[in-house]
Amino acid sequence: MPIIKTTGLSHTYSGGTVFEKAAIEDVDLHIERGEYVGVIGHTGSGKSTLVQHLNGLLKPTDGKVYIDGVDIWAEPKKIRDIRFQVGLVFQYPEYQLFEETVYRDIAFGPKNMGLSEDEVDKQVRQAAAFVGLRDRHMEKSPFELSGGQKRRVAIAGVIAMNPKVLILDEPTAGLDPRGRDKILGEIREYHQQQENTVLLVSHSMEDIARYATKVLVMNKSKVFLYDTVEAVFNHAAEIEQMGLAVPQITKICMGLAERGYPISPNTYTVEDAKRQLTEFLGGKGRGE
Amino acid sequence: MLKDITIGQFFPGDSPIHRLDPRTKIVLTTIYVVMLFAARNPLSLLVGVVFLVVVYPLSRLPLSLVLRSLRPIVPIVLLTAVLNMFFIDGEVKLVEWHFISISQRGVMMAVLMAVRIICLIAGTSLLTYTTSPITLTDGIERLFSPLKKIKVPVHEVAMMMTIALRFIPTLVEETDKIMSAQKARGADMESGGVMQRIRALVPILIPLFVSAFRRADDLALAMECRCYHGGEGRTRMRQMKLGAVDVWGSLLMALCFGGIIAANILGAGMVQL
Repeated sequence: MPIIKTTGLSHTYSGGTVFEKAAIEDVDLHIERGEYVGVIGHTGSGKSTLVQHLNGLLKPTDGKVYIDGVDIWAEPKKIRDIRFQVGLVFQYPEYQLFEETVYRDIAFGPKNMGLSEDEVDKQVRQAAAFVGLRDRHMEKSPFELSGGQKRRVAIAGVIAMNPKVLILDEPTAGLDPRGRDKILGEIREYHQQQENTVLLVSHSMEDIARYATKVLVMNKSKVFLYDTVEAVFNHAAEIEQMGLAVPQITKICMGLAERGYPISPNTYTVEDAKRQLTEFLGGKGRGE
Repeated sequence: MLKDITIGQFFPGDSPIHRLDPRTKIVLTTIYVVMLFAARNPLSLLVGVVFLVVVYPLSRLPLSLVLRSLRPIVPIVLLTAVLNMFFIDGEVKLVEWHFISISQRGVMMAVLMAVRIICLIAGTSLLTYTTSPITLTDGIERLFSPLKKIKVPVHEVAMMMTIALRFIPTLVEETDKIMSAQKARGADMESGGVMQRIRALVPILIPLFVSAFRRADDLALAMECRCYHGGEGRTRMRQMKLGAVDVWGSLLMALCFGGIIAANILGAGMVQL
């Protein structure tokens, strides 16, 4: 049974007025448990609208959303329970911090779940550990921290609810490369240890190629493709036409492969390309 | 949700009313309001109604919109009408039952008051419907600029109004975002008692205030970077100029004003407001 399933999911903003706009149209998705899905698409392609449907923040104008086989809008009063199962980290989540201490801010979600003090404490500490926050941070005010640390506190606030599905909407926007790698590394570690489902919305094909197992490409309010990284990048030309770029290194390798060099066109990371290139150059013998 | 809230609704267009200089519009609207209160009898109120019937089509605003804007004032209109009906005494009684007495004069007054309030709201809404908030504050600034002579900070006040208006949609959007983020963490805003609901606002208000202060800081810095130093010696990109349409507008209003004074005299024998 897929963890996330949508059938005919559509959402129209300002329905019935002149400002009517379809944000997503007829989305059918099957996402299996344990998948790490990269969600990519242009600004305005419906990515954010789609992910906000998965935890019931937006109500579909049409169609259904199933989480773990349950229609989430079957009982609208229980929609809060869905939000604990599907954790959503918004863009620039550091702006949602409000508590006096980091610890209490992270505990906001678990407390809302009605867990006991001990359980809350356990989940908060576990979540903080995942994002690399130390004990000395926990009693500080979140407003004293640096931008990157604030963001990690906000992410921990969602992880602390121990959701079955974790969705992150551009968690690295506005961070420097080191901060970006750190956060993405922590998310990967979380995914591997907890073996739950992660959806990562991103503009960066590099990041998605590096971390995701599946890619969901959104284009003009519709799902253009949902497949493995390799299968998706086989559509490189179409993806580029949409104005999305395949990773630079993939482009180089595709170019090399086209010119007859024994380099796989399905190369997504610099490390992989480096390995192939040294093999090729070494095999040929540089001394000739 | 929050996005449905619109404040100072402005509907862009290119009608003669839209093209009126904001100063003319503000002055004419004020005159119209004074006029409505100067109208003493049904005949002169009718002149006021006719004025709206002539001017509204000129603005090319959809009728449904006009009616929608009147909806929130229905309770006030009804209340005033009912109070007038019961408490104004007259010679001809229509109903007399215990302590309740409704006179013919009372009923007339109730209707006239209702018409007056509706005209008042419809007339002033026309101003906000056809003038963008920014133009409106510009107009106010120019109209009040003589007050600068007696050290009233007219420019600063107008700038503050402009900024406040500009940031309403931004802050609404921000509130929406923060609410969604807290809801995603299981914040419950829809149930519980009064105290619980107030407490549920804390996770929204604190981030909202923090971000409002941050935006204010950023804006102040950005304005200083562009050498903003108050109103002195500042010129405008869009100069306000009075044109033919302003002359016509003023003439129409003068005509209406004359009509009301004439009607006040002519209808001296009617029910007086």
